[in-house]
Amino acid sequence: MRFIVMVKATKDSEAGVMPSQKLLEDMGKYNEELVKAGIMLAGEGLKPSSQGVRVKFSGTKRSVVDGPFAETKELVAGFWIWQVKSLEEAIEWVKRCPNPMLGDSEIEIRPIFEAEDFGENFTPEEREREAKLREQLERKKN
Amino acid sequence: MAATDIQKTISAVWRIESARIVGSIARMVGDVGTAEELAQDALVAAVEQWPRDGIPDNPGAWLMTAAKRRAIDHLRRNDLIDRKHVELAHELDLHATHDDTDVDTSIDDDRLRLIFIACHPVVPADGRIALTLRLLGGLTTQEIARAFLATEPAIAQRIVRAKKTLTDANVPFETPGGEAIAERLPAVLEVIYLIFNEGYSATAGEHLLRPELCEEALRLGRMLTQLLPKEAEVAGLAALMELQASRLRARVDAHGAPVLLADQDRSRWDRLLIRRGIVALERAERLVPQRGRYTLQAAIAACHAQALSVEATDWPRIAQLYWELLGIDPSPVIELNRAVAVAMAYGAELGLQIVDQLRDEPALRDYALLAGVRGDLLERLGRHAEARAEFESAAAQSLNEKERELLLARARKQTDKGLSISSV
Repeated sequence: MRFIVMVKATKDSEAGVMPSQKLLEDMGKYNEELVKAGIMLAGEGLKPSSQGVRVKFSGTKRSVVDGPFAETKELVAGFWIWQVKSLEEAIEWVKRCPNPMLGDSEIEIRPIFEAEDFGENFTPEEREREAKLREQLERKKN
Repeated sequence: MAATDIQKTISAVWRIESARIVGSIARMVGDVGTAEELAQDALVAAVEQWPRDGIPDNPGAWLMTAAKRRAIDHLRRNDLIDRKHVELAHELDLHATHDDTDVDTSIDDDRLRLIFIACHPVVPADGRIALTLRLLGGLTTQEIARAFLATEPAIAQRIVRAKKTLTDANVPFETPGGEAIAERLPAVLEVIYLIFNEGYSATAGEHLLRPELCEEALRLGRMLTQLLPKEAEVAGLAALMELQASRLRARVDAHGAPVLLADQDRSRWDRLLIRRGIVALERAERLVPQRGRYTLQAAIAACHAQALSVEATDWPRIAQLYWELLGIDPSPVIELNRAVAVAMAYGAELGLQIVDQLRDEPALRDYALLAGVRGDLLERLGRHAEARAEFESAAAQSLNEKERELLLARARKQTDKGLSISSV
């Protein structure tokens, strides 16, 4: 299963305050651990929202709104994409992360849609076939 | 927290920590099988205690301490304890609540040792796969059994046998040094690729994909690229798996039938995995001038991954890569693949010449693909009656029902084409 793991912005990150040397080192070590465990597919840090824009949709109209955006705690300051076996595994990995910000902060974990979620790889026919196979296995066991 | 959530958390912690714990214990007791059992005992203790007492603040350190206590008991019981271990026990009691940060430096070595031991030549082939998934993936016997559609007792027995073989052979807990790595690496790569293929192409089975096995093999492959960053074929295998996995969601249609490469919706290929695959491939190619078998297969997969359509594919390059691959692995199956690429690059006539030389190949006698490819080439050359016979023969040899239907449909199409041509 894939998850996007988002580090939420804070006043500091929005103000462009750079993390301390110590935090950079700890983060570097943590990232290395993620890569070595074979679970990290991608990860990037984002510049403050003052350097971003939003494109608003209304019917056929598009309008561009410049940053910064007000709702700081809802903004994303960085993200990873992980491939792990369960939400719990993602949680356990996040718990091992150093506090990514100077003050209080938050990391949000969201599952990414997989092909199976659309039922394409695992159709009712597939499911039935697998059930049959399991039945045969059970019989073999007895 | 509900009891089921605690169980899930315990499995997650175990998955993250088990290699580190088994590695540390193995260094204490000197035997992987024993270490794995002691670590399992610690896991059982967690399963009993955490739902009652709550999950500890540092669950990994808790498991490590619990396992080390059991290891010391084991050494005492067997009268193996010496001064060193007494000191260790003392230290353990002093620092029991502290994090095992000193272990960080050796976790890489432990992971490497574990994978080389799991794939040790003394272990029977089926045992290697189960043991690798168990020691490196932290998978339970039940999970392994489910993935391989085998029974739990069968898998449990494989693991027990594998561990016993290692103990009996007195295999030390160490990484093979220098030249021995090169000698034993192919077996490790083979095990990882077997796990991947079990998930990717269960052609004769009832199911077509086991994505969880692909994911686990990929994780092991990615891990190994970090542990052995200078081994080109490690990067090559990782590249190959990333690129093949990028097509997973386009390989099966809504009814569970396989979709051929040419017919796949390329917009559904996974761009992230393609990019990762190409980066890994470039690394492999930089490491050594002579491409190995996995790197070559990855290079072929990259040609497909980067092409916007079948027509836009660099077929001459693919034909050349298959030729190179034949030099390493002179197998008729690879020659058949080369024939397809040659046909795409230089015309069906040339492809057919290669295929015809393979017709008496014993390894391909009952191979549906040979007749299928021949039928395809004959069709393109307008020799419909012969093409039809080939498709029918391919259908008779096919083990997969969906594939058989496809081949019979193509056989029927030849009759229509033949008629329409003769009536024009």
